[in-house]
Amino acid sequence: MNSALFLVVFVTGLLLVCAGLGMAILLSPSSFNAQKGQAYECGIPTKGTSWMQFRVGYYLYAILYLMFDVEAIFLFPWATVVRDLGMAGLYSILFFLLILGLGLAYAWRKGALQWK
Amino acid sequence: MLELSRLTALIDSLLRETWGLSEFWVLFIEFVLVGVALLTAYAVLALILIYVERKITGFFQCRLGPNRVGKYGVVQSVADMVKILLKEIIHVDNVDKFLFYAAPFFMIVASMLTFGAIPFGRGLQAVDFNIGVFYIVAVSSLGIIGVLLAGWSSNNKYSMIGAMRSGAQFISYELSAGFALITMVVLSGSMQFSTIIESQTYCWNLFNGHIASVIAFIIYLISGHAETNRGPFDLPEAESELTAGYHTEYSGLQFGFFYLAEYLNMFIIAAIATTVFLGGWMPIQLKGFDGFNEVMNYIPSYIWFFGKAGCLVFLSLWVRWTFPRLRIDQLLNLEWKYLLPINMFNLLLMVIIVLAGLTLEDIFPSIFKFIAE
Repeated sequence: MNSALFLVVFVTGLLLVCAGLGMAILLSPSSFNAQKGQAYECGIPTKGTSWMQFRVGYYLYAILYLMFDVEAIFLFPWATVVRDLGMAGLYSILFFLLILGLGLAYAWRKGALQWK
Repeated sequence: MLELSRLTALIDSLLRETWGLSEFWVLFIEFVLVGVALLTAYAVLALILIYVERKITGFFQCRLGPNRVGKYGVVQSVADMVKILLKEIIHVDNVDKFLFYAAPFFMIVASMLTFGAIPFGRGLQAVDFNIGVFYIVAVSSLGIIGVLLAGWSSNNKYSMIGAMRSGAQFISYELSAGFALITMVVLSGSMQFSTIIESQTYCWNLFNGHIASVIAFIIYLISGHAETNRGPFDLPEAESELTAGYHTEYSGLQFGFFYLAEYLNMFIIAAIATTVFLGGWMPIQLKGFDGFNEVMNYIPSYIWFFGKAGCLVFLSLWVRWTFPRLRIDQLLNLEWKYLLPINMFNLLLMVIIVLAGLTLEDIFPSIFKFIAE
């Protein structure tokens, strides 16, 4: 039942975009003008492509994020049952978080969290 | 009683008993109705939010805000929507067309999927997964793919920078939001929204877990702000430096979708905070005061929900017009060097509070018992 409703919501989202675009295409005027095709930047014609190498700092954060996000997946099931696990749950997660904290501390020490 | 769940039950019995339709058709009609209801709620809520934001912003800045279209400008956002529908959809010569047109789909579908899992009132929840919190965290982060696609496909330097900033900001603050929610899952012991709300009948989670809950609540609000690219964290679309950030090249309704998704995301953050911390649609109830509870129950649950969520939306606007914009390094420092470590300790604190029985619901009866003895 829930999965079916999930599909319903998903299709509703798709329909919203499709119907909106369809209506806009039907209702809106259209005219051709070479100026319309220019990128909206500084006014002068844009130079070169924007698909180029990008600052590495962003990727460092992405890699760090990956590490913590995978950890979050492990934490969610643990969080639901921690009441039943009792102290054993606390100790095991303490160890888990300790390793992660070490990872964060290492990245911090190495200057990965420094925006240069 | 004005509960909308009575209406849904009425429709169900009408289809099943009065008209005697078969199971398949009953489900089909109900699914279509759910879709239509969601669509309407989505659009209407966005329009109301846009109007409210513009009006309140006006008051914050000592001006009137929209006041020409309709009484007090109430139809302003409807007029804007009609206008945006009538605009031509264009794309720039050098864009990656497929990705350019795919981006709004990601934005809207991600926010719609999250929207469907929000409990608006008693029985007013489209999707009630038993892993609800996890589902919301997973699905809402799909939206960032739309932002990155939009920025990348536009072939515009401003869009590119905006998208990259937005990506870094979103994934960073996603962690804090997720951690704050995990903290609350520890407290309520379930990821299902209906169970979380039931468990807050007499004591909101915000008070139940006292110190740890309040810290988690503040962190969730901060990271929710940052995730929606608003308030002091709006550097992906900082108007003075990047024109409009990742949606610079979008026109007409294509831009409208980004706009819609942004406002809905603001509401969704407020709604999740309401559900997880402030008791969701549950009216204020006091243990042992049955008369009071009856009176409170007369106010429909969705009014409670929208009242609480509205307060949080107002708070977000307040923050937006109070604090200056952060720099990108300050922004990332705030997350990685402050919020994330605080969050990890907060999680442990919450586990200790729960395991030692220090939650308010446990504390109060034992204090009374102690005094009585």
